Amino acid sequence: MSTNGTGPSIVLDGEKVAYTPGETVYEAATRHGKDIPTLCYDPRLEPFGGCRLCVVEVEGARAPVASCTAQCQAGMEVRTRSARVEVHRRTLMEMLVSENREVEVDELTSLASQEMTELVDRYEARTGRFQGRQSGASRPDDPNPFIMRDYDNCISCYRCVRVCAEQEGDYAISVKGRGFDTQITVEFDGHLKDSACTFCGQCVQTCPTGALGDLKALAYRDVAGETKKTRTVCPYCGVGCAVDLLTRGNTLIGVQPAMDGPANKGALCVKGQFAFDFVQHPDRLAHPLVRGEDGELHQAGWDEALDRAAEGFLRVRERYGRHAVYGVASGRAPHEAAYTMQKFIRGGFGTNHIDNCSRA
Amino acid sequence: MSNPLEDMEKPDVIFCIGTNMTECHPVAATRLKRAIANGAKLITADPRRIALAELADVYLPLRVGSDVSLLLAMAHVIHREGLTNQGFVEGRTTEAEAFLEHIEKFTPEWAETITEVPAADIERAAILYGKAERGAIYYTLGITEHICGVDNVQSLCNLALMTGNIGREGTGVNPMRGQNNIQGAGDAGALPNNYPGFQSVLDPAYQKKFETVYGRKVDLELGPTKVRALEACGDGIHAMIINGENTVVTDPERHHCEEALKSLDQLVVIDLFLTETAELADVVFPATAWGETDGVQTNTERRVQRLRKAVEPPGEAMPDWWIVSQIARRMGTPGFDFESAKDVFNELCELSPLYAGLDWDRIDRGEYHWPVPHKDHPGTPILHQGTFENGRGIFKLIRYRDPAEVISDEFPVWLTTGRRLPNYHTRTQTGRAAGIDYLAPGERLEIHPEDVVDWGLEDGGWAKMTSSRGCMMVRVEANARSPRGTVFTSFSFNDAPVNVLTGGGYDPVTDTAELKVCPVRVERP
Repeated sequence: MSTNGTGPSIVLDGEKVAYTPGETVYEAATRHGKDIPTLCYDPRLEPFGGCRLCVVEVEGARAPVASCTAQCQAGMEVRTRSARVEVHRRTLMEMLVSENREVEVDELTSLASQEMTELVDRYEARTGRFQGRQSGASRPDDPNPFIMRDYDNCISCYRCVRVCAEQEGDYAISVKGRGFDTQITVEFDGHLKDSACTFCGQCVQTCPTGALGDLKALAYRDVAGETKKTRTVCPYCGVGCAVDLLTRGNTLIGVQPAMDGPANKGALCVKGQFAFDFVQHPDRLAHPLVRGEDGELHQAGWDEALDRAAEGFLRVRERYGRHAVYGVASGRAPHEAAYTMQKFIRGGFGTNHIDNCSRA
Repeated sequence: MSNPLEDMEKPDVIFCIGTNMTECHPVAATRLKRAIANGAKLITADPRRIALAELADVYLPLRVGSDVSLLLAMAHVIHREGLTNQGFVEGRTTEAEAFLEHIEKFTPEWAETITEVPAADIERAAILYGKAERGAIYYTLGITEHICGVDNVQSLCNLALMTGNIGREGTGVNPMRGQNNIQGAGDAGALPNNYPGFQSVLDPAYQKKFETVYGRKVDLELGPTKVRALEACGDGIHAMIINGENTVVTDPERHHCEEALKSLDQLVVIDLFLTETAELADVVFPATAWGETDGVQTNTERRVQRLRKAVEPPGEAMPDWWIVSQIARRMGTPGFDFESAKDVFNELCELSPLYAGLDWDRIDRGEYHWPVPHKDHPGTPILHQGTFENGRGIFKLIRYRDPAEVISDEFPVWLTTGRRLPNYHTRTQTGRAAGIDYLAPGERLEIHPEDVVDWGLEDGGWAKMTSSRGCMMVRVEANARSPRGTVFTSFSFNDAPVNVLTGGGYDPVTDTAELKVCPVRVERP
């Protein structure tokens, strides 16, 4: 871990470690395996220094320093886990949590939704210690089907405000009031649909307290079973955003963005975030269909349907020649679909009568 | 795309033309917005005042279908102002002399008469792009869905070549592909002109290679495109197999398309739902969906990524590759003994030089951009670095052509079509996702508020829209996003079937339909 090069270094919990110029103390410390608690921090966003939980002791500084905003300086001596900062953090947690009606937050609420709960447990923070005034009023009047706005749980970390501005570039979310009057809101205090919000869900996924929640996933909270995550890629446009599918048993219950997704780095849009449930729509075809002599499509077994398709192609080939058959592959299905389709045409009929849906 | 998505945060000048990226590729657009927040300049050319127009330093509200004249004039100004990158032109291109002579007569004043964009704005845009250290071009179907789609793309390439904005970080000519795996469908060889890996069917070496692999003679000529095949239905084409495409609703000239498919002896459709297209089929096979299928897809930046199965499919639905393979086996075609998606993908990798260095296991984390010519190759995020595939970048001499159909007394309004953020294509998927209806309850024809009044319509009321091919009813949305005399609608809603109207012409090279331009009459019903 320690440096033996000539680059600049700091002393981290008694150990000399290298840092990259411009790196913050928090970045250098976590890179060297230190576990510093945060709530307002999202690595994609500019450091904010709001929650103060990431405080560390810096030799020579009078008060603890927020490590997320402090830049490393050569020779700096930093203590990340002294008894003094741990007491400080616990007090801060108790102040933060005094506002929270719910400390137990359903895991389906969002990707970051457990951060607060976990720190309350870690610091054994007493939720009643500073109980009294509360900031942020819930907005159950917003009828949108995607984003729960339960600001009773808000701690004013501004991650939603900042992700909407810095990451999404939409500036839909803003802050009204100061101190206990702080309220996260949108223009004219209205509903999300009437604001610049595009329902990308970024604010939901970065909210550390469950104040913002994924209503589509939460609708499945009563489905039994352990929640499993499967890494895949969004099925809509060509950007190829990586996502984690949330499942319980055989039910798809939600989507979370992959923070390490190479194309999207945690970003999604309304379709990728919320339009997943077509997969289990009752309209899905579950059995082959074959047109009967009555002119209608009827459910059939695989053998019957496959034979019918194969015989039909053979009959057409025999009657009209091999150039009478044409294949259209999908730009929506995976490579394996397109590859077998073109092989079916080239290998089966010896023609290039194959295309995909890119021309319309 | 010639450059990766992460490069979208690196240009100092961004030129977006024919791309409503904030609605059609929203996550890519967030990168552009970050670049702009960090000081990059944006030029947006689009007939509609889309979100990217609001963000633009220079907005060019060109008339639909007039792109070539705009781009010729931009090239003219760049050269006139001495902004041509002589070193790049001499070192890496060919046909430059003829091109630079060709553009001499296409002044911005000339382009103004066609595009209706003030000459001064064309000059500003040209100078901005011409002076860029890292200029990047982004486009979508607003460039390609024209009878001059190829000309449009080549005009953009000319701009990049003359300014040397290609083959470097933060530059490039970057098409944003519209469907999750439309790039991959081409990569895999589902094209009438290319075998897998874009190996030309006209090249004797590749013909021999695939004859050997597939164990039979393959035609030496190009196949017809889908558009031509649909035209030949009942007269040359008598059987079709369609996988995952709602052809009836997405393609132009809907009535013609329906009749064509009905005239077949056999239509086989593989899909998730009983789409309007599947309803016409003789046999419909139920396919497994996203989330139920292991597989691979390639995104717009040529990144090859794995799809993973998380749940079981409904009933007896099976993967597309299995269904196609079963039909092939029952017809006695050899080479369809695949047991998994992995088997299929690995066969593709063996046959495609672009994927030669890849296999199912290597793409586990989605790190590679093709081409990946061998196992030790790191992939190719940026194309055309140092050299072009075919040696030198070729300037093309392009001339402006009118759209296939232009406005007239009978059809005095330009209709252009596209997508909106909440819905995807014909809504077979988003229409079945809970909540999307809250954002987009139905189709609206976007009309400038003053036109709404002039044409005797009402915001929220009905309008009758007619082209030379058909007629539809649609609700009106008064919205100044569309300029006067141009209206816009998406093709998402089956009860507002805009492709009954479209289909005036096709690009002669690609057979891409001119879905972006259709003269219509809009009136009170």
